[in-house]
Amino acid sequence: MKLYEHLGKELFARYGITVPAGRVIENAGQAAEAASELGEVVIKSQVLTGKRGKAGGISFASSPEEAEAEAEKIFKMELGGFTADKLLVEEKIQIEQEIYLALTVDGTVRKPVVLASLDGGMDVEDVPEDRMIRWPVDVTVGMQGYMVREICRQMGVKGDLQKEFLKLLPKLYKMFRENDAELAEINPLALTPQGLVAADAKVTIDDDALYRHKELPRIKEKTALELKAEELDLAYVELDGEIAVMANGAGITMATLDMVQHYGGSPANFLDFGGGANIEKTSQALELLLGTNPKVLLINIFGGITRCDVVAEAFVRVRESKGIDLPVSFRLVGTNEAEGREILEKVGIKAFNSMDEAVSHAVELLNAS
Amino acid sequence: MSIYINDKTRVLVQGITGNQGSFHTGQMLKYGTNIVGGVSPGKGGQEVEGVPVYNTVFEAVENEQAEASILFIPAPFAKDAALEALAAGIKILVLIPEHIPLQDAMDIMAQAKRHEAVVVGPNTFGLVSSGACKIGIMPNQYFVPGPVGVVSRSGTLCYEIVGHLTESKIGTTTVVGLGGDRVVGLDFIDVLEQFEKDPETKTVVLVGEIGGSAEEEAAAYIKSSMSKPVVAYLAGKSAPPGKRMGHAGAIIERGRGTFESKVEALNAAGVDVADLPGKVPELVKTKLA
Repeated sequence: MKLYEHLGKELFARYGITVPAGRVIENAGQAAEAASELGEVVIKSQVLTGKRGKAGGISFASSPEEAEAEAEKIFKMELGGFTADKLLVEEKIQIEQEIYLALTVDGTVRKPVVLASLDGGMDVEDVPEDRMIRWPVDVTVGMQGYMVREICRQMGVKGDLQKEFLKLLPKLYKMFRENDAELAEINPLALTPQGLVAADAKVTIDDDALYRHKELPRIKEKTALELKAEELDLAYVELDGEIAVMANGAGITMATLDMVQHYGGSPANFLDFGGGANIEKTSQALELLLGTNPKVLLINIFGGITRCDVVAEAFVRVRESKGIDLPVSFRLVGTNEAEGREILEKVGIKAFNSMDEAVSHAVELLNAS
Repeated sequence: MSIYINDKTRVLVQGITGNQGSFHTGQMLKYGTNIVGGVSPGKGGQEVEGVPVYNTVFEAVENEQAEASILFIPAPFAKDAALEALAAGIKILVLIPEHIPLQDAMDIMAQAKRHEAVVVGPNTFGLVSSGACKIGIMPNQYFVPGPVGVVSRSGTLCYEIVGHLTESKIGTTTVVGLGGDRVVGLDFIDVLEQFEKDPETKTVVLVGEIGGSAEEEAAAYIKSSMSKPVVAYLAGKSAPPGKRMGHAGAIIERGRGTFESKVEALNAAGVDVADLPGKVPELVKTKLA
């Protein structure tokens, strides 16, 4: 779960990381109030999309009137498909240098990794590899001073700035670990006459650990369908094709989409309804798919922990209660296959044995529709 | 021969009294796995499928000399159970659960390294040395002995491919599921090293997917250090960038982890990449011939 900038900064502040003085506002009038307290300000749209600045979601103002006018504009702005409910109004800080600093998880070494570069401010993907210092941290040791000194040496940082890093990095690491962050990125980390200030905050919390962070708000910047899928605990991604796809397992669902494309069709979605789903959950997954008005429905089941009879039963149930009037291509093998096929045959559907047959049949159905 | 586990391996089931735990204990016993005990705090003294249940892993290891353990424990409690197994001396730890928090997974891997133990998963179907020992949840009938080693990031897709091999009368030595999470124990290179050393394994099948750089790293290893032929299948050719395709690791981010980059790296290492799962057996046959 990505946190809005102001929430990330609240977390930073709680761990003693310096952030600019600021106010979160919900209407343009409050921008004027904030500016009269803070003086020259920067006004930032609180949306999750990257490239917010380039799209016009960040503005500057030197008077309360100007702040109100700018805030009004930003409130109306659609950024990445969403308009902001809140803006962050902050004191304008004096930036001498922009630095990049982040903690994330490196799957290759199975450790948190510090990413640091003196080329801050720009898109991180534009920073040359040799200008980005990477330092994996052993979780049994934690963030120690020697690591920070070594990171500084590699960056070419000395003196007072190194002292600032020695204070900052252990705080960022503590925040990262204690809040189950997947990413804690400060870009830019601003060097000001008062020291290092986190001018931005990108914090992503591990969805699998949200259950132990009741104090964090739940952010739902998603389409209605994606929200529904999340509620049902389904892995769902909207795509722009015509064949609705449902399969069990992330890898095989991806392979099914690839095969749809291979045979000349186009998938409408990615839907992995997971392993071992019961009739209820399987029916809900099917209903969600039918709600997207696809032209053809393709179901690919290789039952291991998932039982074929459960999937067939759910299909028949939804067919009876909601009506399924679009063409269907079904593949059904594995655990309780015979029982599953029998259930489908009663409603006149003959399931395929192989994924190839089922997918190419789905594409034929699409071409015939 | 096989890698990691064999018919002598003494296996423990943590969470044996739960639905999944008891069901898969039965399935593993049917396959021939030497399950010597189960653990379920507070349920010590019971039996599941004729297997004695203990209250702690230490107790089970003392009484049954267990060497390997498979976890059927809900994700929020998995770290505690995994650390218990490692502390009690378990050397092969299979983590079935999905949704284990990332920070917990990193803590588990750090301890496993200290204890010099092998961790498979999390979010895996486990591993099987065909015909000898299954520590996992995969359907029994597809895993028959033969000359091919298989290593995969995904579960059902791996069954699909092993199913195609079985249909073509090609069996397997050992099949390992690495798990779909961002932080997992064994990686492609660990398993490829073992297959390279295993005299029974003649050819290796690698089942990968988009996201991360594991396939590229595997390709570099194959190029520098492997003499045995490798065939691959990769999922996610049609996946759009920036979207997480089910697995936590299956996402193209910042232009990295694309299908094309993986195919290119594997081809450069002399690995043939099948364009459909059903084409894997043909490619394997050319290598075995």
